[in-house]
Amino acid sequence: MKRIWWLLLTTLVLAAVVLSACSSGQATPAPQQESQQQTQQEQATQPPQEETFTFGMLLVGPYNDHGWSQAHYEAGQYVEQKLGAKMLYVDKVNPADRPGTTPEQLAEDLVSKGAKLIIFNSDDMKDAALAFAQAHPDIYVIHASGDNAWKDGKDYKDIPNFSNVMGKMIYGKMIAGCAAAMTTETGQIGYLGPLINDETRRLASSAYLGAKYCWQHYRQKDPADLKFKVTWIGFWFNIPGVTSDPTQVADDFFNSGYDVVLSGIDTTEALVEAKKFADQGKKVYAVPYDFKEACQEAPDVCLGVPYFNWGPLYMKLIQDAKDGKWQSTFIWAPPDWKDINNPDTSAIGFEMGPALSDEASDAVTNFIDELANGLNLWVGPLKLQDGTLYLKDGEAATDQQIWYLPQLLEGMEGQSVPQQ
Amino acid sequence: MKPRWENLAFATAAVFVALAFTSLVLVTAGASPFEAYWYMLKGSLGSWSKISDVLVAWVPLLLATAGLLITFAAGLWNIGVEGQIVLGGIFTTWVLRLLQDSTLSPAFILILAIAAGALGGALWAALAGVLKVFGGVNEIFGGLGLDFVAVALTLWLIFGPWKRPGIGSMSGTEPFPKELWLPTIPGSRLSLWALFIGLVSIAIVYFLLSGTYFGLKLKAVGKNPRAAYLLGIPTTRYLMMAFVLSGLFAGLAGAVQVTAVYHRLIPAISSGYGWLGLMVSMLINFQPAWAAPVTFFFAALNIGSIQLPIVLKLDSSLSGVLQGALVLSFLLMGGVRQRWLKKHQQEASDD
Repeated sequence: MKRIWWLLLTTLVLAAVVLSACSSGQATPAPQQESQQQTQQEQATQPPQEETFTFGMLLVGPYNDHGWSQAHYEAGQYVEQKLGAKMLYVDKVNPADRPGTTPEQLAEDLVSKGAKLIIFNSDDMKDAALAFAQAHPDIYVIHASGDNAWKDGKDYKDIPNFSNVMGKMIYGKMIAGCAAAMTTETGQIGYLGPLINDETRRLASSAYLGAKYCWQHYRQKDPADLKFKVTWIGFWFNIPGVTSDPTQVADDFFNSGYDVVLSGIDTTEALVEAKKFADQGKKVYAVPYDFKEACQEAPDVCLGVPYFNWGPLYMKLIQDAKDGKWQSTFIWAPPDWKDINNPDTSAIGFEMGPALSDEASDAVTNFIDELANGLNLWVGPLKLQDGTLYLKDGEAATDQQIWYLPQLLEGMEGQSVPQQ
Repeated sequence: MKPRWENLAFATAAVFVALAFTSLVLVTAGASPFEAYWYMLKGSLGSWSKISDVLVAWVPLLLATAGLLITFAAGLWNIGVEGQIVLGGIFTTWVLRLLQDSTLSPAFILILAIAAGALGGALWAALAGVLKVFGGVNEIFGGLGLDFVAVALTLWLIFGPWKRPGIGSMSGTEPFPKELWLPTIPGSRLSLWALFIGLVSIAIVYFLLSGTYFGLKLKAVGKNPRAAYLLGIPTTRYLMMAFVLSGLFAGLAGAVQVTAVYHRLIPAISSGYGWLGLMVSMLINFQPAWAAPVTFFFAALNIGSIQLPIVLKLDSSLSGVLQGALVLSFLLMGGVRQRWLKKHQQEASDD
């Protein structure tokens, strides 16, 4: 009668034996001793002066997400290598993955372990980054994305230990748009957008400007014949039942004559669907976003990827903090036009994809050169989507005008503001 | 028979199975289980500030669980609890937004806002209830649908009508002024008011379910609605009451999230406490007496597991693995125990 019971017990005992054997076999670095050190650290108001500079990083997603967060994580590793600094990180810092925690609290934990500078890597953490910076004037704070340290911005806050960084992805998107325009056979380009805000409008519009320019000047075609449609799914990634399904949106694009889809979202549906259609014999392509190696998921349909390279930005700020030269700044860094793919100098880059034809890649290279030599596409005459004047003839947009772009541009299809 | 001892033995075995499973996962990942557990323990109970962080996370989970115990007593799977938490958060935010510039005293505004949160949760639950009781829609499907609607509503509000000046942000709505935060113990994030709300709520639910005729009738409906109806219990009314009460506590959880934890409406305002609450309820076999300690343990796991990536470079979803393993092994042990009891009884009658 007690067979099950005994069977179970035996299994458990066995498991316990195996486990204890395994764990004692491992060289456990005397946790007690370490804990003592740590409590001492926590008790001291200032962590003891170390030779290596320790910085902390809070990542909104998994550190290996092949996207936004991984780009930051690798930048942190880059700084560790180049500067001999030490990184402490927590990933998946968001209330869904870490119920009951706030980024401030996690940042404090990192500080108690010796971090003197904290990087908050997402728009999600805006309030937390600000609150933390104000509560800890002796700790340097970098918020990636965001505009609170921008004196000329709309939401400036004077906090000496707080800085913003961002790469000028507008250029990456222009190049992506150009690659799309050089490739499309139907003259129809789709843009898979996340949610609608100033940043996403700015990026979608940049892609359009790049596409329009290359369509008009390199392919000698009428801009009126170029269709550029933005479909917003409603969030940075698919939430079933809440957002539109990006797979469905990409399919709709490909099924209705759009043969290139640019992705503005965190995940790779555009690329995956393009591959599916290509496998069925259709000539379609996609351009992913965020992470340098994103093309690897489906190289045969990938025209290239505009990506962030946070390493040099973090390097500079962390170096300044280490040397005591820190100043609160807002950095919106353009690429290094000498070589936009230089990992040590360029804040954004564009990695050409295997699917880009030789002809198109020559054109894209040409376009990058033109940009490097001062070509500015954010110049009037430009109208907003509803026909109101955005830039007069010959007027170049200021950084503020671009950053806070109120609508999509004329010639683009798709919603400019969330439905009310 | 000594059922108490038996229960204890089975519970211990379940914990043991869960720990063994999680340890195996850890060993496979190349980590020492003892080290991992040690850091989790230290990261959750190692200092007063950690304990207070655990308590902050404990309260909303406790509230969600308290609500769920009522619907479970009535035999209902209130999957809509997530949405009810969200609506609690939305209603609370709504009242705070309406009144933050008024001349009313902050304490009064807070009381109104928290009450509104409870109301919001109750209304959303009532909707699931109406669908179930009058529309014949199974509460699992109705609730799930309403969960999605609630999240979509939150996103729409944050990036639409309630977006902060300038730019809609994933960071949520503009944070409320400090006067409209539930006051905290100086130097910590813990609000004694929130703690008070949580403890009183679970006490009420405990008393309601084990000390009143209402609770008894509710359980009768839960065990066998038809029999209960024939015995003169107005089943429909009791089912609706269960939904509304459950939603009320879930709404309170949302209100606490807004007034005591995040101080604004954020896209993921529920923090997944509804799902976690469902897990806890199953783990404790729907007995209110166990709700407080087990939710505390789950909250401690959530807070403590943060140390894993920082110190050991381990994935912190390990706390989720342990929580899931616990629930599964308790369910497993429940099954084993029943079989064992049956055999035992048979043998006893054979004798």
